[in-house]
Parts: sequence; C-alpha cells; structure tokens
Amino acid sequence: MSRNGLNEMPNSRAEWLQQKHQDFKKQKRRWSSRVMAVRASLLVLFFFFWEAGVRLGWIDELLFSYPTKVLRQIWSDMASGSLWPHLGMTVGETAVGFVLGTLLGTLLAVIIWWSPFLSAVLDPYMVVFNSMPKVALGPIFIVMFGAGFTAIVITTLSITVIITTLVVYNSFCSVDPNLIKVVRSFGASRVQEFNKVILPASFPAIVSTLKVNVGMSWVGVIVGEFLVAKSGLGYLIIYGFQVFNFTLVMSSLLIIAAVATAMYQLVVYVEKLLLSRL
Amino acid sequence: MLPVVQLKGVTHAYLGDREASLAIEDLSLEVEKGEFVSLVGPSGCGKTTLLSIIAGLLKPSLGEVSVSGRLIQGPSPEVGYMLQQDYLFPWRTILDNALLGLELTGNLTAEARQNTVDLLADMGLAGKEKAYPAQLSGGMRQRVALVRTLATNPGLLLLDEPFSALDYQIKLQLEDLVSETLRRRGTTAVLVTHDLSEAIAVSSRVILLQRNPGRIRKIFEVPEEIRSTPPLYARDLPGFAELFHELWKEMELAGREGQ
Repeated sequence: MSRNGLNEMPNSRAEWLQQKHQDFKKQKRRWSSRVMAVRASLLVLFFFFWEAGVRLGWIDELLFSYPTKVLRQIWSDMASGSLWPHLGMTVGETAVGFVLGTLLGTLLAVIIWWSPFLSAVLDPYMVVFNSMPKVALGPIFIVMFGAGFTAIVITTLSITVIITTLVVYNSFCSVDPNLIKVVRSFGASRVQEFNKVILPASFPAIVSTLKVNVGMSWVGVIVGEFLVAKSGLGYLIIYGFQVFNFTLVMSSLLIIAAVATAMYQLVVYVEKLLLSRL
Repeated sequence: MLPVVQLKGVTHAYLGDREASLAIEDLSLEVEKGEFVSLVGPSGCGKTTLLSIIAGLLKPSLGEVSVSGRLIQGPSPEVGYMLQQDYLFPWRTILDNALLGLELTGNLTAEARQNTVDLLADMGLAGKEKAYPAQLSGGMRQRVALVRTLATNPGLLLLDEPFSALDYQIKLQLEDLVSETLRRRGTTAVLVTHDLSEAIAVSSRVILLQRNPGRIRKIFEVPEEIRSTPPLYARDLPGFAELFHELWKEMELAGREGQ
C-alpha cells in the first residue's frame, strides 16, 4: 500500500497498523513457543537416552543408575517420609547461611564505607581471604564449632560474606559523586549521606548480590555436609557414594537441582518485588 | 549594608601526589545583596574552586569567606548550590526530589511542602509531582533541580554552569526563568559560566579571572539597560555586542598569558 493511499483512508491506516502489530505479536509468540519446544525436547531426550543407554547396556547401571529407578527412589523416600528431615536440614542451613551471609556482608560493607581508614587497612586481608578457597577452612570450623549445623552455616558464611562485602562496598563507592555533592551542599551529615544517597543508589546492587549468594550458599552447605553431617542432602550423597548406591546419589542431585532452582526463582521474584517498589 | 558574599585574601592550593598547585591566590571579592555576578575565565582559572569555597564544600588554604556576615565553616542551607546537570535522584519522585533540601535540614513542614508544590507549578511543572526524573526532559529536570535549590529559601544561589548541558533553545528559556525568578525573590547569585554572552545577559557584573594562579583580572560592569532587560532580549540591545567583544578580547589575552 502506498503512503498516499494510507492518508486517504485514515480508517484503514489504523487497521493496517493494528494488523502489523498483530503480526508482530504472532511472530514473537511463535518464537517463544519454538524455544519452549526445543527446550522441553532436550530434557526429554536427555532422560530418554539415559534410560535407554542403561537398558541397552551402553552405560554402566551401577555408576549412573537410570531415571525410572531414580524417580522410584525419590518417590519411595517421599512416601516413607525419610526424605523430609534431610531436605529440611539442608534447606534450613542454606536459608540461614544465605540470609546471614547477605546481612553480615552488607553490614561489613557499611562499616568499611564509614571509615576509609579501616577500608584501606583491611583491603589486602579481604583480597587474600577472598581469593583463598574457603572450603579449606572446613576442618577448622568443625573443630571450633563441632560437627553439625553451626559448622556448616559458618562454612557457608565464609564463602558468602566477603564476596558480598566486596560487591556491596564497590557499589557504595561507585555512586555518582555529584549526587553526594547535592546532599552535601545542603549540609547533610554522614548518616544522612548514607541513608538518602548511598543506600538507595546501591540498593539494586545489593539485591543482585542476593542471586549470587543463593548459589554460593548451596556450595557452602553441600560441602559442609560432605565434611561433617549426619543428615542433609550432602550427607545422602556421601552416604550413597560410600555404600555404592548411586541411585541415592543421583536422586539427591536431582532434588538439589530442583530445590536450588526453586530458591533462586524465589529470590528473583523477591528482587523484582523490591525493585518495583523503588 | 553588609555584602552577602565577602572573600578576604582567599588562597587555595590543591595537593596532589606529584605536586601542589595554586588554584587561587589572594582573591578578594564582595557581592552585594540582590546582585547577580558572573565568574568567567579560561579553563583552569579556579572558577569552580571559588564557587565550592563559597558553598563551604571546600575549605580555603588561606583567607576568610563570609556569607551575610557569618564566617563559612561548612555547607549551610542559606547557600543554594546548583550543579552543571540536574543530578536528580532517579529513585525519588519529582516532588520528593524537590523536597530533598528541606528533608535534610529538618525543615519539612506542611507549609514548606505546599510552598514547594507552588514553586514547581510556577516553573511550569504542575502535575509532574508524582513523575520520576526519567520521565522528564532535560530542561524540565533542570527546572526541578532549581526548585530543589530554591525550596530551602537560600539568600545566596551559586550556579555552576547550570545551563551548559542543555539545548540552546532550552538554555535561553531557562536563563530567562532563572534571572526572572531570582530578581523577584531578591536572591543574590554567583554564576560560573564559559558562555560570555550568557554572563553579560544575566548579570550585573562580570568578573574575569586569569589562571596560574587564579586571580581577578578585570571586572566589567553591565550597563543598567542590559541588566534590567530579560536575557533573551538583552542580547539585541545596542552596547551588548561591544561589551561582548571587549570581554572576549580580554579573555583571549588572559588565556594566552596564563599558558
């Protein structure tokens, strides 16, 4: 249709625009349904080949188990109720480690922001501690806090706190100095400077460290459970490994994947909620 | 009557790792109540440093600064400071941005709030109170920044190239608005600018600084006729072009000698 033609018929111009918009939406829908379809078939194929491979003898059943057996194991553990204490323990440890890690890390960031002197003093120590594999400290935590919940949470904190501190402190420092100049020109105190500018400006950065910390907390908890626990999903993995029950190992892995994803999605949802309120 | 701004023998040195450099040396200046003074000069002459010192954001290495007879120790709500860009807080609504100064100084009464709403309306921003800065154009945002500065009712307004980041047309409109608003409120103002015609159009005195170190080179009085005409029309008055050329020539000299 030519431009002139469109101008002569204002009604059909609106229709034409609407038609275009419909086409555009349809194309977008088609694209996302294609993504979904391929995504789902990948998953189905994965399980199919796993199952078929084991049954046809291409893959060692003892080492990798197979999907229907794993699902049966999960189902029976759920039905008998023996899964729940382990799951509850691990989720509890992860949640505590995650919340405490984020809070302590942010608090530490506030303290070193407050005192540039302290920040300069502590800088090399933080770098060393951050680059060090904290999991190596596990045995020390076990000796200090006993084999159990506390030692596992502390292991998790050792992984999350410093990285949170570094990320949040960096976001405090990257706040536009001109925004600070604005409040200073009104004679703002350092507390006001923090409350009115630094904190709200770095709020998105703090919220996005939540996402990183979820993953970190899972690492800390599972490793902690490998080292000490008498219950928890990490313990089930180690136990299954020791008695050569790889169905138990695989089913624990599957549950961890599902629960960790759920937790991550929850944090993403909370993030959206918090940021939309700004 | 006591001058609003009084600088006595102000010297300021910047201390860096490699060297200490003299930004301003032995500068004395007085600005009377209701005056609009512009500071111009080649880059590096210490214009912005001078403004920061008057605002109390920088403490001069030597010398005294007083505003309305009181020695400046730090920033005070009596002195408003407007920056090159609006620097509105993106997470606050327009009204909350405008109320920032009142909040920080603990003067946020219902009456002050209403005054700020009225002031926003005066600046053509009625109905935008609940919008966020990202939804406004550059000119509107700078007007909000002006309201934010004026809301605490400062007797002295410091303007650090507040129009330089705007489109030419918006800039001219805003010059008019600012000079008219300040005249009506009887606010004293000190403007830093690199735009000579802006300096002549809005002010009663133009102070030319020279660099290395920063000192007053020459003070130009703007004739009464240009002074009392709105900036947009002042540019067409006889006398304006002559003053502009005089200022320009002197600035060239200052720039060359300072190198």
